[in-house]
Amino acid sequence: MSGEDWTFWISGSFAVIGALGLVLSRKAVHSALWVAFTMINLAVLYIANGAPFLGMVQIIVYTGAVMMLFLFVLMVVGVDSSDSLIETLKGQRIAAVLFGLGLAALLVFGVGNGLVNAGTVGLVEANSADGGNVEGIARIIFTDYLIAFEATSALLITAALGAMVLAHRERWIPRASQEELSKARFLSGTHPGNLPTPGVYARHNAVDTPALLPDGSVSEESIPGPLQARGDIRAVDHHEVNEIKEVGSA
Amino acid sequence: MNPSNVVILSAILFSIGAIGVLVRRNAIIVFMCVELMLNAANLAFVAFARMNGNLDGQVVAFFVMVVAAAEVVVGLAIIVTIFRTRRSASIDEPNLLKY
Amino acid sequence: MISTSAVVWAEGAPTLQELMPAEGVFSLIWLLIALPLLGAVVLLLGGRRTNRWGPYLAVLTVTASAVLGILMVIGLMGRGAEERSIGQSLFTWVFAGQFEADMAFQLDQLSMVFVLLITIVGALIHVYSLGYMAEDPNRRKFFGYLNLFVAAMLILVLANNYLLLYVGWEGVGLASYLLIGFWQHKPTAAAAAKKAFIINRVGDVGLSIAIMVIFVTFGSVTFDDVFGQASEVNEGTLTAIGLLLLLAAAGKSAQFPLQAWLLDAMEGPTPVSALIHAATMVTAGVYLIARSNAIYDRAVWAATAVVVVGLITIFMGAIIGSAKDDIKKSLAGSTMSQIGYMIMAAGLGPIGYVFAIFHLLTHGVFKAGLFLGAGSVMHGMHDNVNMRRYGALRAAMGVTFVTFMAGYLAIIGIPPFSGFWSKDEIIHAAFERSPIIGSLAILAAGITGFYMTRMVAMTFFGKARWEDDVHPHESPKVMTIPLIILAIGSTFLGMALLFWGNIETWLEPVVGFSTAESPLSTTAVIAISLAFVIVGSVIGWISYARREVPIVAPRGSWLTRAARADLYGDAVNEGVIVRPSFWLSRVLIWFDARVIDGIVNGSAALVGGSSGRMRRYQSGFARSYALSMVGGAVIVLLALVLVRLS
Repeated sequence: MSGEDWTFWISGSFAVIGALGLVLSRKAVHSALWVAFTMINLAVLYIANGAPFLGMVQIIVYTGAVMMLFLFVLMVVGVDSSDSLIETLKGQRIAAVLFGLGLAALLVFGVGNGLVNAGTVGLVEANSADGGNVEGIARIIFTDYLIAFEATSALLITAALGAMVLAHRERWIPRASQEELSKARFLSGTHPGNLPTPGVYARHNAVDTPALLPDGSVSEESIPGPLQARGDIRAVDHHEVNEIKEVGSA
Repeated sequence: MNPSNVVILSAILFSIGAIGVLVRRNAIIVFMCVELMLNAANLAFVAFARMNGNLDGQVVAFFVMVVAAAEVVVGLAIIVTIFRTRRSASIDEPNLLKY
Repeated sequence: MISTSAVVWAEGAPTLQELMPAEGVFSLIWLLIALPLLGAVVLLLGGRRTNRWGPYLAVLTVTASAVLGILMVIGLMGRGAEERSIGQSLFTWVFAGQFEADMAFQLDQLSMVFVLLITIVGALIHVYSLGYMAEDPNRRKFFGYLNLFVAAMLILVLANNYLLLYVGWEGVGLASYLLIGFWQHKPTAAAAAKKAFIINRVGDVGLSIAIMVIFVTFGSVTFDDVFGQASEVNEGTLTAIGLLLLLAAAGKSAQFPLQAWLLDAMEGPTPVSALIHAATMVTAGVYLIARSNAIYDRAVWAATAVVVVGLITIFMGAIIGSAKDDIKKSLAGSTMSQIGYMIMAAGLGPIGYVFAIFHLLTHGVFKAGLFLGAGSVMHGMHDNVNMRRYGALRAAMGVTFVTFMAGYLAIIGIPPFSGFWSKDEIIHAAFERSPIIGSLAILAAGITGFYMTRMVAMTFFGKARWEDDVHPHESPKVMTIPLIILAIGSTFLGMALLFWGNIETWLEPVVGFSTAESPLSTTAVIAISLAFVIVGSVIGWISYARREVPIVAPRGSWLTRAARADLYGDAVNEGVIVRPSFWLSRVLIWFDARVIDGIVNGSAALVGGSSGRMRRYQSGFARSYALSMVGGAVIVLLALVLVRLS
């Protein structure tokens, strides 16, 4: 096996593993990472197949930009949102796998049947004609495919604008002023100001200690909600409180 | 090495992507599967370019990437918009357009 | 019995006249039509603001056309016989591939006499209408329609091609429809208008098909091209064209078998009956046949059919006219009969065309006079048309009586009144063709004498059988003056045209003229026909002037009853056409409802039902759709692979 063969079998296997990981991971973030992995391997395969420019673009555009955009959106949407594994559409999963395998079998069969005896010209000549792969692609893009290239520029601008329009949220009511906000706060009937902070003593400096009101009673509101829910409230030692009172009066 | 192996690899990746589109419900994962299918196609283009000794295949793959990038931008914006209104990224949720 | 040798028929046929350019007064040919058309447009589009002066404008336009026509006839008379055919082309009207029709007019001797008849009689009737329609709230519309009619009729007779003629043909049909139904609040008038329109349509279809055949055969529809090439076309085609044109003529001129509409058309105002349904429009069929003489001269069977149709109608009209108690319907029967004479004469070939037109002219004048006289009588009798409630009106309406008598003597053919000359010539020509035709024509002349005498006797003589509140009075001058002019025409026009106008030589270049050996001498024909007329008149006089006329019509013989029912024309139409159409429609409705609708509704139900089930697959889940897509792709791939392998 030549070096290229090694490259193909290793990178190809990794790419398939990454693809399977994409489909099989429960969490979306994992899927995204598996895709990135697949794409890096694909970039390697591009380079191995005489397309160094595309390989670089693959890394920069896909793993660098597109996949990061995916991750960003995942963060917006919520990292936790993992798929439920129960399939709701009847027969969807079985049919999908059957069709997928059939598709793969037919494609492999077709490709194998058609290409098994096809010779390979190789890109050495084409890449060296203009002095390199990048120069060759550049020549083609800016001559034969010029109009398509210009059209893609319009496409990209349109896509950017479209994304802005889609993601934009129109403000239907004017932003509330400070006065309105405070009025609303007081009208709501809940505690208008800050809740009292938890108690802080010389010996105890913890959020699970309730604050004491001026008359010495305990303020339950000063304990954060989660601790209250857990029942994680430290009881107040009235002996200590009395000591403090004496210190204060002395 | 025979580039037809590369083409077979691309067929396998394409099919895995297709299965992913069909079975996953998270819209973002579905989207990533679509991207995987596009990449599989690109791989085939690259292999064909090598077999034919012609850079046109690579150029087409390049254009596919550009279009895919544009598509991702708009598609993700749509997903965000849907998420904003429905609080869900499930692709089965927006199913009002039916009989 | 009838000579069918084409050689004889072609003998008197005219040679084609070369059209002269329109110069001098003749450059105004278009104005003849444009004037009344302008009047119609102003009156019909001008709305209520033209109510006051509109009728006078209408009279003015037609009078101006009449003056123009007189100037033109003077101009024509000043020219040589071969220079009297004048063409004026305004513009190319229809241009489609090989088909071309110009908006072009042809003023020749035939058109000229028609122009004079239409404009002069038209003008007189317009004037008469000023008085007759004075009280009508829709007077303006009436005059607008009358102007429209005059314009259309002038287009008809001035056209230089069949297509433009067709425009005029339809135009007069429209005007006729509008005017018959002018008192549309009367259901009978509305129905009569529809009846006239529909029956006319049958004839019009004949004309339109004839035009198509003409174009296919000759490659042109202009008269010059058609008549110039007529000798090169085989007789079968010419016979077909001739029969189709005869169908058209029968529809427009109320000839058998399309005669049923004319009697009902009397629902229209009397001036309309006089102008359209006696003097001008109904003679358009005669014009068409005379104009197409080049075709009939070479299609002997078609010409024979014309004669037969004419003869049948002569007797039908005469019998109906003898039985009707409605003065206008009786006159309408008479009109049918007289037009039958013209059609019959036109079917005789070159020996008859001239006299057909001659009789048409004299009839146009005296029948218009008779109708207007009848209108004048009705005017004095509270619009009662029942002659059994008339009687002894000669004292009450002196002018009407005298003018009516002039028309009466003219129509029954007493010398020297104009009808005598024209009818006598027709009978004579009929004898030249065949003694049988001639004998029948003479017999019909006798019946004419009977029914016209009956009419005059019932109206002006005998005892007054008026209704209680009727006080007959003479009509105003605006009505009597046209009557007087028409009466003068009824008296002298025949002589004037025959002796001073030389109608045969005048018309010969257009329609041709020839004579043939007659088994009877001219004197004998005159004597016999006069004898028949006098016998008929005496019978009529004895039956209706000497005897008491019952106010309620007696039951009468079977012939009388048949004639009162228009010789069962409506019943025949009903039985032969309407009933079978109904049955056919019923069958078609059944077929449509059961079979066609069954197929349509069945397929719709099939599609609807299956879609109702199939739409369940429209689940709204994008992944289901994607699955279908992948499935489809797999199937396509499978097919490709299989095709590749096989």
